[in-house]
Amino acid sequence: MAGLELLSDQGYRLDGRRACELRKVQARTSVFAQADGSAYLEQGNTKALAVVYGPHETRGSRSKSLHDRAVINCQYSMATFSTAERKRRPHGDRKSSEMSLHLKQTFEAAVLTELYPRSQIDIYVKILQADGGNYSACVNAATLALVDAGIPMRDYVCACTAGFVEDTPLADLCHAEESGGGTSLALALLPRSGNIALLQMDARLHQDHLDALIEAAMTACKGVSKVLDGVVRQHLEEVSVLTRD
Amino acid sequence: MLKSKTFVKKTRSGGVLKIVREHYLRDDIWCGSEVCKECKDEAPVLQEHACIESDLCSYPHYLIPDTNVLLHQIDILVDPLIRNVIILQTVLQEVRHRSAPVYKRIKDAIHEKEKHFYTFTNEHHRETFIEREQGESANDRNDRAIRVAAKWYTDHLAKKTNGGSLKVVLLTDDRANKEKAEQDGLIVYRCEEYIKSLIGNPELMDRLALQPDDQNEITGSKLLFPEHLPLSRIQSGIKNGMFLQGTFHANRDNYLEGKVFINREGEEINEVLLQGLQNLNRAVHQDVVAVELFPKERWVAPSSVVLQDDSPNDEDADEDETENNLKGVPSDSSVLKPTGRVVGVIKRNWRPFCGMLSQSMIKEATRHLFTPADRRIPRIRIETRQAANLVGQRIMVAIDGWPKNSRYPNGHFVKNLGSAGDKETETEVLLLEHDVPHQPFSQAVLSFLPQMPWSITEEDLKVRADLRHLCVCSVDPPGCTDIDDTLHCRELENGNLEVGVHIADVSHFIRPGNALDQEAASRGTTVYLCGKRIDMVPELLSSNLCSLRSNVERLAFSCIWEMNHNAEIIKAHFTKSIINSKASLTYAEAQMRIDDTTMNDDITKSLRGLNRLAKILKSRRIAKGALTLSSPEVRFHIDSETHDPIDMQSKELKETNSMVEEFMLLANISVAQKIYDEFSECALLRKHPSPPPSNYDILIKAAKSRDLNILTDSAKALADSLNNATVENFPYFNTLLRILATRCMMQAVYFCSGMDSDFHHYGLASPIYTHFTSPIRRYADIIVHRLLAVAINADSTYPDLMDKHKQTALCNNLNYRHKMAQYAQRASVAFHTQLFFKNKGIINEEGFILFVRKNAIIILIPKFGLEGAVFFDHKDRPSPRLSFDSEGPTLKVEEHTFRMFDKVKVTISLDASNIQHQRIRMALVEPGFITQQLGK
Repeated sequence: MAGLELLSDQGYRLDGRRACELRKVQARTSVFAQADGSAYLEQGNTKALAVVYGPHETRGSRSKSLHDRAVINCQYSMATFSTAERKRRPHGDRKSSEMSLHLKQTFEAAVLTELYPRSQIDIYVKILQADGGNYSACVNAATLALVDAGIPMRDYVCACTAGFVEDTPLADLCHAEESGGGTSLALALLPRSGNIALLQMDARLHQDHLDALIEAAMTACKGVSKVLDGVVRQHLEEVSVLTRD
Repeated sequence: MLKSKTFVKKTRSGGVLKIVREHYLRDDIWCGSEVCKECKDEAPVLQEHACIESDLCSYPHYLIPDTNVLLHQIDILVDPLIRNVIILQTVLQEVRHRSAPVYKRIKDAIHEKEKHFYTFTNEHHRETFIEREQGESANDRNDRAIRVAAKWYTDHLAKKTNGGSLKVVLLTDDRANKEKAEQDGLIVYRCEEYIKSLIGNPELMDRLALQPDDQNEITGSKLLFPEHLPLSRIQSGIKNGMFLQGTFHANRDNYLEGKVFINREGEEINEVLLQGLQNLNRAVHQDVVAVELFPKERWVAPSSVVLQDDSPNDEDADEDETENNLKGVPSDSSVLKPTGRVVGVIKRNWRPFCGMLSQSMIKEATRHLFTPADRRIPRIRIETRQAANLVGQRIMVAIDGWPKNSRYPNGHFVKNLGSAGDKETETEVLLLEHDVPHQPFSQAVLSFLPQMPWSITEEDLKVRADLRHLCVCSVDPPGCTDIDDTLHCRELENGNLEVGVHIADVSHFIRPGNALDQEAASRGTTVYLCGKRIDMVPELLSSNLCSLRSNVERLAFSCIWEMNHNAEIIKAHFTKSIINSKASLTYAEAQMRIDDTTMNDDITKSLRGLNRLAKILKSRRIAKGALTLSSPEVRFHIDSETHDPIDMQSKELKETNSMVEEFMLLANISVAQKIYDEFSECALLRKHPSPPPSNYDILIKAAKSRDLNILTDSAKALADSLNNATVENFPYFNTLLRILATRCMMQAVYFCSGMDSDFHHYGLASPIYTHFTSPIRRYADIIVHRLLAVAINADSTYPDLMDKHKQTALCNNLNYRHKMAQYAQRASVAFHTQLFFKNKGIINEEGFILFVRKNAIIILIPKFGLEGAVFFDHKDRPSPRLSFDSEGPTLKVEEHTFRMFDKVKVTISLDASNIQHQRIRMALVEPGFITQQLGK
C-alpha cells in the first residue's frame, strides 16, 4: 500500500542498519596484471571495478595536453547486467557522461597532476552491480587503483552518499533508499585535510538540514577511508612478504 | 552477519524483476524488559511486574499478538487495561500492508508510555531471523517467524529470571498456528479465551471482534450475496476495462440503492447506479469498489422512492418483495442511468459508527441490531450482554466483516456515549460523525504554552514596533472572547489617512513543529457550535494571550496602509508590533458611536474614518464584480441556566459588519500579494473557482418565472443582474435570489501556489486571496503569518514551510476540516432548532417556496432561517394528483399550482417518532384547500 518505510520508529533501516551505519565495504587491489593499477570494491551490493593507466604521453591530438600538469581522463560505464532490468546502452549515455565528468573533477582535485606535465592519466571504472551509491563506489575503487598504480595524491579520496528521511540523515544509501524519493547527497572527501573534492545534490533540501546532512556524509567518508587504508596496508604487507623471498 | 534477500517482483509495465536486497542481522537488539540485565537497553519498556489479572495466567506475563489478532482486535489492544505487549516487527509490517488505520492506531499505542508496548525488531535479530523454506508460503513463514520470536523470548526471559515467573503468552486465532506453537512448548491462547479470562473487566468481551469461525454459527449456510472476486482478478478486470473502479455512495433515502462515482479521467461514465441488495453486494458507504456494468437494456432511471430499512427482524428474511417494488419505473430513455453490480471491494473505508441499539425481540438474546445515525450505513449486528443498559443510549460500533451469508455486517461494541436526546451526547455524536477532533488538549500540547504570568519582554520591545499609543479598537459579535483583529485609523500630517489592521500574533506563541503546532494543524479550525466552541488552540491562547482585549498589552502582526481620502493605497507596510486596544466593541455599539453625533472622542473618530473608507472600498469592489450573496443565518438566545434555546432569530447585518469585513479583505489581499511575491512556490493562498455554467440553471429558471433575466457570463454580470432583480411589493425576493445564487457556487479552497496556476477568487473578484486575519481560529492564517514574517525578516523559515508537497498535504487537511466544521455547525443548528420547537410546540409561520421538487416543495422561513420540505404523498394515504413541470419549475397539486418564491403559510412541529432522526415537520396552512383535500 504505502511506500516503503525507510526508517522504522526503532531506528532501523530497510536492511537492518542504523541511520549512521555503512554497508559492508570490501576491496582488493591489483586485480589485473596488465594495467598500471587496478582495484575491485564492493560496497554492500554495489560492485565496482577500476583500472588506471598512466601517467603516459597524451594519446590522440597533442592539443589536448596541458603544459603544466597531467590530463585526467575518466570513463564510467555500467555493465549490462548491473541492474535489475538489462541495460541497453552500457556507456555513452547522458548519465554516464555526467558521471565521467564528476569523476574527472574529483580526481583533478586529489591527484598531484602538476608532477606530470604534458601527460595523461586514464581512469576506467565499471559498475558490475548497482545497488545505490554508484558514484561513491567508483571514487573509492578508483582511489585504490590510483594508489595501486603509484600515482601521487594529496590524500585518499573517499566518497559516500547520505540521504535525509524523517529529519534523520542516513549514511550510505542503498538503491531502495535512493529511489524512495528523498534527498540524496554525494560527497567526496579528502579525509585528512577535511577538504571536499566534490559535493553533489539534486533534490531540494531546506537549508537548516544541510549542515547535518554534510556532517553525516563526512563521518561516513571517514569511515570509508579507514577501510581503504586497511586494504592498502594489507596489500602492501602481502606484496612485501612476496618480494622479500 | 549479512544475509541476502532475493525476491521477484512484477513492475508496473508488466516486466518481472529480480530484486536483491541486503539484510543485516544484528546482535544489539534488546529484549526491552526491565528484568533483563544482559541487554543493554537504556530505557526498558516492558515492566518487571506485568500483571493483568487473568484466570488463565496468574503469573506476570507479556503478550505477543499475531497479525490477525492485531488487525481484528485492535479495539481491545488499545484499551488501557492491556499493557506490556510485545509487537513483533513481522506483525507490524504485515499490519502496515493490510490496514493503514489499524497501523496508525497501533503506532499511537506504542508511543503511549503507560501502555508499555514494545516493538521487537525480530527480522533483524540474529537469533530470531528465519529464512523462507522451500515450498513455504509467505504467511506460513511469518507465522513461523512469530513463533520463533516467541520461543526466543520465552527462553531468554527464563534464563534471566532463573526459570522464574515471567512468561510470554502468544495470542493467535489460527488453529494450525496454535497447535504448532504448543508443540514448540509455548504458552498460547486464542484471543477470545484470553480476554474472557480477564478478571473484573467483562465489558471488554463486547469489544471482541467476531471471528469468521464464529460467524458460521450465527447464520444458516444460505448464501445471500455473490462472492467477491479476488483482488488480482479485479485488477486485471479494471485494466482491460471489464470493471470500473470507484467510490461507493449509498443513497440516504433508499437503502436498496447507491451510486458509484468513477474517479478515472477520460471515462465516459462517471456514475454507475446500483440497485438491490444483490447488486450492492455488501458495499458500505465510502468503500472503494469495482463494479461491472450491465448491458444498456438494463439501464434504469434512479427511483425517487424513499425506503428505509426498518424491518424488525434481524433474521435474514427474503427481501425480494421490496426489491420488486423498485423495478417497473417508467423508462424515459433520456434519464436512464448506467447500472451495474459490485464484483469486489478494493478498499473498505470503515470507521467506528455512532448510532443506537435496536434491541432484539427475544429478551435474553445477546445478538442485536445496531442502527447507525448516518442513514447511508447499513444496520450492524453486534453481540452484547449489556443490551438492557444500552437501549436508549448513543453507542459507537465498529464493523468487523460482512460474510456472504449474512444480511447485515457483523460488528462489535466500542463505546457508550450517553443517553440519546441529551444535549451533551448529541453534541458528542455530531462531533464524532463529522470527525471533529474535540478531546481536551494533551499534556504534551499544553507544555508548549507560555508560562503564566506572561508579560512582554525587553526583547519583544526591541524587535517590534511599539504601537501602544495608537487608538486601536476591536469590533466583534457580542460575547466574543477570541478577538483576533483590531483596527485603527488616523489622519497623518500630510493630510493622508493611516489605516491599520492589527491581527493577533499567534505564530509568536505557536512555534513550528512542536506538539502544540501539530495539534493545531490537525484540528485546522475552531468549530463554533450553538453554545459551544471547540478551540483549535488551548484556551489560554485563544481567550487570553492572543485575544486582543481592551486595555491590555498584546503582541500583534500589523498591516498598515497610508491611504488618501479616496481609499487609494499609497503605501503598505507590514510589521510585528505591540498594541494596546482601547475598546472592545460589539457591532451594535460601534454603530451607535458612529451614528451618535455628540460623541467625538478618538475612538469614534477613528471608527467614522474607517466606515467612510470601507464604503468606498466596498463600492469599488462591487464595481469590479464582487458578489454579495446571502444565506439565512440564525442566532439562538440560549437560556443561561438550562442552556436550552429560548428564542431564535435570523442574524442581522449592520453597517459596521461590512466595515470590519472590508478591511479584513483588504488585509488578506495585500498579504496574499506580498507572500506570493516572496514565495512564488510555497505561498498558501485561497481560491474560489468559477462555477460551471450549468450550475446556474436553477437560478436562471427561477428568475425567469418572474420575468427577470439573470446573466451569468461573468461575476460582474451576475452581480449586476442580481442587483437589478427586484419585484415590486416583494422586498424579500432579492434575498431569495441571492440565497439561490449562493447554492450555485463552488467551495473556496486553500492551495499551495506552487501546485496550481489558477488563483482567482470568483466571489470576491480578486486575482489573489488568502487568509491572514483570524489566526486564533484558523490554522491557514498561522502559516500565512509565518510566511509573511519571513518575508519581512521578522522570523526564520523552517523546512516544512518551504516544501510545497507538505503544504499541499496540509491544505488538503485544512479544506477537509473546514468542510466538516461547516457540516457540524449546520447539524448543531438543526439540533438546536429541534430543541427549540420541542419546547415551543406547534406554531404557524410565513415562508417562501425555495425549490419545487417532484413530490414536494422546499420552504424557507425567513424568521428562523429554517428550511423544510412539505410532501404531498404519504405512505398510508392515496396521494393527490401531482403534475410536475421541470421547465418552470412548477408543481400542480390538484388544482393549485406552486411556483418558486410563492408565499405560503405553514405549521411547524417536531416529529419525534424516530428518536434518532428527529426532524422538523412542516405542513401547509395556506393555501388551505390543499390541506383540506389532503385530509379527506
